[in-house]
Amino acid sequence: MNRSELIETVAVRADLPKKQAEIAVNTIFDSMTDALIRGERVEIRGFGSFTNRKYGAYTGRNPKSGSPVDVPPKRLPFFKVGKDLRDRVNDGTGPLDDDDDD
Amino acid sequence: MRAEEKERAMTKADIVENVYEKLGVFSKKEAADIVEKVFETVKDTLSNGEKLKVSGFGNFVVRPKQQRVGRNPKTGDRITITARRVLTFKPSQVLKNALND
Repeated sequence: MNRSELIETVAVRADLPKKQAEIAVNTIFDSMTDALIRGERVEIRGFGSFTNRKYGAYTGRNPKSGSPVDVPPKRLPFFKVGKDLRDRVNDGTGPLDDDDDD
Repeated sequence: MRAEEKERAMTKADIVENVYEKLGVFSKKEAADIVEKVFETVKDTLSNGEKLKVSGFGNFVVRPKQQRVGRNPKTGDRITITARRVLTFKPSQVLKNALND
């Protein structure tokens, strides 16, 4: 499922015009993004939490040439699944999607 | 090498407030119901083993984990960890860049 399919499903389930379902879905993900940018955590009960993890600078290597590369410090978002969803996912029996990244 | 930020957390109530303001035509209760429907849809999708790709945010993917032998960290005893399904999140490049600009 992608963002537009999510919007369509929400429109049906919540009996909303598609435009309003789109605003709702977009506002939810924009709100979480903005919170992470501000350095806040996001905690959605029953779903999970997002935190920023801070990584220090290190010297890596260009995997092709082997030459050293200075990697600057960075923040990466980390998702921890909530217990309810973790259990539901584990109990699921539907066929799994491929995990390719297209 | 990493530290988690322990400050204020955004919750569903904050998100409901934002959705309420953006939509403009619903009560807070209605906005809360809509937000709940979105998270329910997301959870139902993932519970079915289907992945969710949110452009600009990231991908939620259910992955199979095979049975393996682990250890009880307290006692050191070997224990069998059964096969299971786990949910993973891979942030999009857009989100990663937004956090580091």
